[in-house]
Amino acid sequence: MATTPPTDASCSAEVPDAAGRFGDFGGRYVPETLIYALDQLAEQYEAARQDASFQAEYDDLLKNYVGRPSPLYFAKRLTEHCGGAEIWLKREDLNHTGAHKINNTVGQALLTMRMGKRRVIAETGAGQHGVATATACAHFGLECIVFMGEEDIRRQAPNVFSMKLLGAEVRPVTSGSRTLRDAVNEAMREWMSCVETTHYILGSVVGPHPFPKIVRDFQSVIGRETIEQSRQQLGGLPEVVVACVGGGSNAAGMFYPLVEHTGVSLVGVEAGGRGDQPGDHASPLTYGEPGVLHGSFSYVMQDEDGQTCDVHSMSAGLDYPGVGPEHSYWKSTGRATYTSCTDDNAMKAFDLMARLEGILPALESSHAVAQAMKIASGRDRSDRVVVCLSGRGDKDAAEIARLKGNG
Amino acid sequence: MSAIDDLFTRLRKENRKALMPFLTAGDPDLEFTAAMIRELAARGASMCEVGIPYSDPIADGPVIQASYTRALNKKVKLAEILKTLGAVTPQVETPLVTMGSYAIIYRHGVEKYADALVRHGVAGMIVPDLPLEESPRLAEVCKSRDLSLIQLVTPLTPRDRALRIAETSSGFLYYVSIAGITGERTELPDELVERVGWLRENSPLPVCIGFGISQPEHVRLLAPVADGLIVGSAIVRRMETAETDRGGTLREIGEYVASLVAELG
Repeated sequence: MATTPPTDASCSAEVPDAAGRFGDFGGRYVPETLIYALDQLAEQYEAARQDASFQAEYDDLLKNYVGRPSPLYFAKRLTEHCGGAEIWLKREDLNHTGAHKINNTVGQALLTMRMGKRRVIAETGAGQHGVATATACAHFGLECIVFMGEEDIRRQAPNVFSMKLLGAEVRPVTSGSRTLRDAVNEAMREWMSCVETTHYILGSVVGPHPFPKIVRDFQSVIGRETIEQSRQQLGGLPEVVVACVGGGSNAAGMFYPLVEHTGVSLVGVEAGGRGDQPGDHASPLTYGEPGVLHGSFSYVMQDEDGQTCDVHSMSAGLDYPGVGPEHSYWKSTGRATYTSCTDDNAMKAFDLMARLEGILPALESSHAVAQAMKIASGRDRSDRVVVCLSGRGDKDAAEIARLKGNG
Repeated sequence: MSAIDDLFTRLRKENRKALMPFLTAGDPDLEFTAAMIRELAARGASMCEVGIPYSDPIADGPVIQASYTRALNKKVKLAEILKTLGAVTPQVETPLVTMGSYAIIYRHGVEKYADALVRHGVAGMIVPDLPLEESPRLAEVCKSRDLSLIQLVTPLTPRDRALRIAETSSGFLYYVSIAGITGERTELPDELVERVGWLRENSPLPVCIGFGISQPEHVRLLAPVADGLIVGSAIVRRMETAETDRGGTLREIGEYVASLVAELG
């Protein structure tokens, strides 16, 4: 089993190709039953992308419903604490529903309407994508069913309640590890029996083509705004951009518009969990190898037989054994680098953000903050590090209390 | 020519139809898997489809997934599964095909997996998550080893695509009766007979129907229009008792399969 070593091959923004390939990664490894729906989706999405009225409607939703642009905020006290480069936060936590997920769900809900479908299914891990999907569906009057692992339902109770308030049905998934990965399996199974009437709003840059491309495109507003705001507020692009990576949608949205700005270092941060042993972390780019999961060829945590490994992260949104194929492509070309951050270090970053900046970041985003602090500490004061603060941490309050022993 | 090609040549000559039962390897253990293959062969199965347990089987319904989970909880490994099949194939005339995710085949190595099947006397493979576009390489690997690569056609597959799938497939075409996952159904779609009839007329390969087939009436209705029928969940559901009652479970499954074979006509 050879891994793909980092090479000096050039990295293109003109991916994926027609077969959904990002270099060697991506593609479509799904049952024949889904091909029809994926072909239809790819075709309708391309038509929508080239339709000015679709784009105008999407932009209007982002502005007036989601509340964009989200601010690029200078974290002054956090910067002083680290004593190095300036740390700036791209405030996706200030979006409607409190995370970047809504950028994608309003886009895909709009696409659902365009395809003439009236029913939506989705998977969720942390519940952020579930809430964002339920929200978009309520906005458009679409029926919404969210698949969620039993373990995640326990960890993310407030989001489960919100989804129900928004009129969605939450279906507990009791198979396998009862987390995000099993929720994706169940959503794909459900989709196979109802592809003609139902759209599947996948929440990350994972899965079969064209999902990694669609989700990346809808999330790219993060990176585009960051470029514009950096030029205005920093007088140029930052030296480093950091984002957390579970499936990798906030990172893909942040990185993609910056791919061809090669002066900007792109750093993805995976969940390092309790340590580097299999089962203790959720870091396929750091510790895994290329393989197939959920319809795509990408880095994955598998055992020697190809069975998907159980993974661990205290943050439900990063607790996923796979990663989007474009991240594998960026890793293989060397355009982005990937590292991991342990539960403990993410928790320390969470505490510092709360006390120094008055911001409760999502546990997912805390991983990126921790890495950004480390990078900033080792850099010159004139450098700028932008962190994608992908979501707010209110949803994690109960879990954090539990982890801290109710401290 | 694989053993599957020989089988259908013979069946067509004798104007007979095939029945292919599915079983999960390693549920509850590989000794039972071997015993079950022998039982199925003795009861008139024309081929056996051996499911390789996988942690994330997206095309499978709850019955087969639960069976995979039971097998994986007992830590069944691919190498042992293949060894077991290799021990059984000399004892039965019934060709075996594996049904396993591309995740497993890729991890093992595509050529290594194909070589292992040949070495253990397995006639071919079904890879449910490897659609037409991703299959050329595996199709080549199988062709050069006389292994059948059995690919799937569904009610949602356009006709021109179905013919392209037939071109890269070998052995037979697996026609999925319904758009959905594996599992028993009481009702099968009305258009099924017509769709399979068209495919059979226009494809050079034999066509077998699977997904949802469980009852003798299904067999009576579909056997005349197909070259064979595949029964999965209805058998795997009956495997649930194997842990506590091997003999009884084997007998019950054997009798059930014999009852379906009797309806083939």
